[in-house]
Amino acid sequence: MNSTLDIEDVKGSLKESSMNVLEGLFYTKTHEWARQEGLEVVVGISDHAQSELSDVVFIELPKVGKRVKQEEPTAVIESVKAAYDIYAPVSGKVARVNSEIEKDPALVNKDPYGKGWLFALTEVGSDDFKKLMDKNAYEAFLKR
Amino acid sequence: MQMTEQLKKTSLYDIHVKLGAKMAEFGGFLMPIQYTNITEEHLVTRNAAGLFDLSHMGEFLIEGKGAEAFLSRIVTGDPRSTSDGKTLYTLFCNEKGGVVDDIIIYRMSRDRFMLVVNASNIQKDDEWIASHLDEDVRFENLSDTIALLALQGPFAEPILRKTPFHEGSDLKRNSLVEFEVKGERILISRTGYTGEDGFEIYGSPQFSLEVWEILTQAGRSFGLKPVGLGARDTLRIEARLPLYGHDLDDETTPFEAGLGWTITLQKDFIGKEALTRQKAEGVKRKWVGFEMLEQGIPRQGCVIWKDRPVGRVTSGTYSPSFKKNIGLGYVIPEVSRIGTEFFIEIRDRKLRARVVETPFYRMKPKLTER
Repeated sequence: MNSTLDIEDVKGSLKESSMNVLEGLFYTKTHEWARQEGLEVVVGISDHAQSELSDVVFIELPKVGKRVKQEEPTAVIESVKAAYDIYAPVSGKVARVNSEIEKDPALVNKDPYGKGWLFALTEVGSDDFKKLMDKNAYEAFLKR
Repeated sequence: MQMTEQLKKTSLYDIHVKLGAKMAEFGGFLMPIQYTNITEEHLVTRNAAGLFDLSHMGEFLIEGKGAEAFLSRIVTGDPRSTSDGKTLYTLFCNEKGGVVDDIIIYRMSRDRFMLVVNASNIQKDDEWIASHLDEDVRFENLSDTIALLALQGPFAEPILRKTPFHEGSDLKRNSLVEFEVKGERILISRTGYTGEDGFEIYGSPQFSLEVWEILTQAGRSFGLKPVGLGARDTLRIEARLPLYGHDLDDETTPFEAGLGWTITLQKDFIGKEALTRQKAEGVKRKWVGFEMLEQGIPRQGCVIWKDRPVGRVTSGTYSPSFKKNIGLGYVIPEVSRIGTEFFIEIRDRKLRARVVETPFYRMKPKLTER
């Protein structure tokens, strides 16, 4: 039942000027981002993804301590319209989750790279980043 | 999606794109799902007014000496008891009593009716009517030559009053009027699918661009906003209005769906025998509304549990009006009473929910109730 973020039948919605892609983050084809912060990798969804989803109203986060594999469904974000799976950009163990967004899901829309982060992983497979896109590659991917 | 090429566009397609709408497939058409966001568009319709492009809907003309008798035979309601200039919500049913489509009949006169059908059923209904047609009845599918806009919300009436279509603003609920503006034929009815007061405005596709523009201008000071099909869905769920293909289908009967009030058993029509039998025997499942007591959004297809599966969700959403998660679904009669608690299975978890009175949303009565 869950859809992916790859909503290709949606036309006329790519406002490229408003699509914010940050330097220093690594992105997946399913529009998650990963950022190394010390021993942890923090995960969220891109500005493009939050804009496609629009009004986020519910978030289901993984349990702390859970082991996840790269590209495995790990969290669920629901907009008014539908539920979307969020895939782990890298493998690892869930170290922390952002409980603020459970109380205020709209934070994912307002600040997808900051206060709208989803969860943080430790014990991450170092090779996993090789599969991800940097800023330039992700921007090119969005324009394809 | 390669299908995009074959999708139909309404006459207002370019306007939607210019307004920045997210466009997606619905009933074979590329339709605006949302312009800004669903919650905002939903609340604008509840508190001010919303403007909808519903040109994907189907319109059929049934004309001729035998029109009234023919319609009476193919719908569950009685078009003979409806006055000229009135609309009637009713159903096509099959021989087993299952719903072929839910429709609105516009009665212009005894020998002239317009039927408004669901976009996703245009082809099916067309074939179904054609297969039952009488000789003294002319049937024409006008779906491609009629555009439909809906103006819905508490300010719909004052907005319409400011326009060249003001004749419509004096209509009573479920009534229609036909007239000409700038040489264009317009039909307006005081109907809708949002749970609010409002109007549906039919005209030619070419003229619909001008109608959209006129309504947009007139509505500016009232806070009118364009509203997409996303909010139309959340609005109709709050108002417990069924959506064909989700809450109704060929296997579901009107009694199960709580639409027994649309049936006149004192006349002959297709499906009457099966429905008469079901009325006597009682139904095996009932359509109920529920609210979630634990965090989770019910969606179509979710299984409803007691100690065993007792039903299935047909529609569900986050409710922008109540900031709660609500749903509609079919359950066995034993768990259909208001206040009954059951569980909704959402992603392998069973979350508590309670049957509540519906519609979830009821329009506030106006000071000058007609």
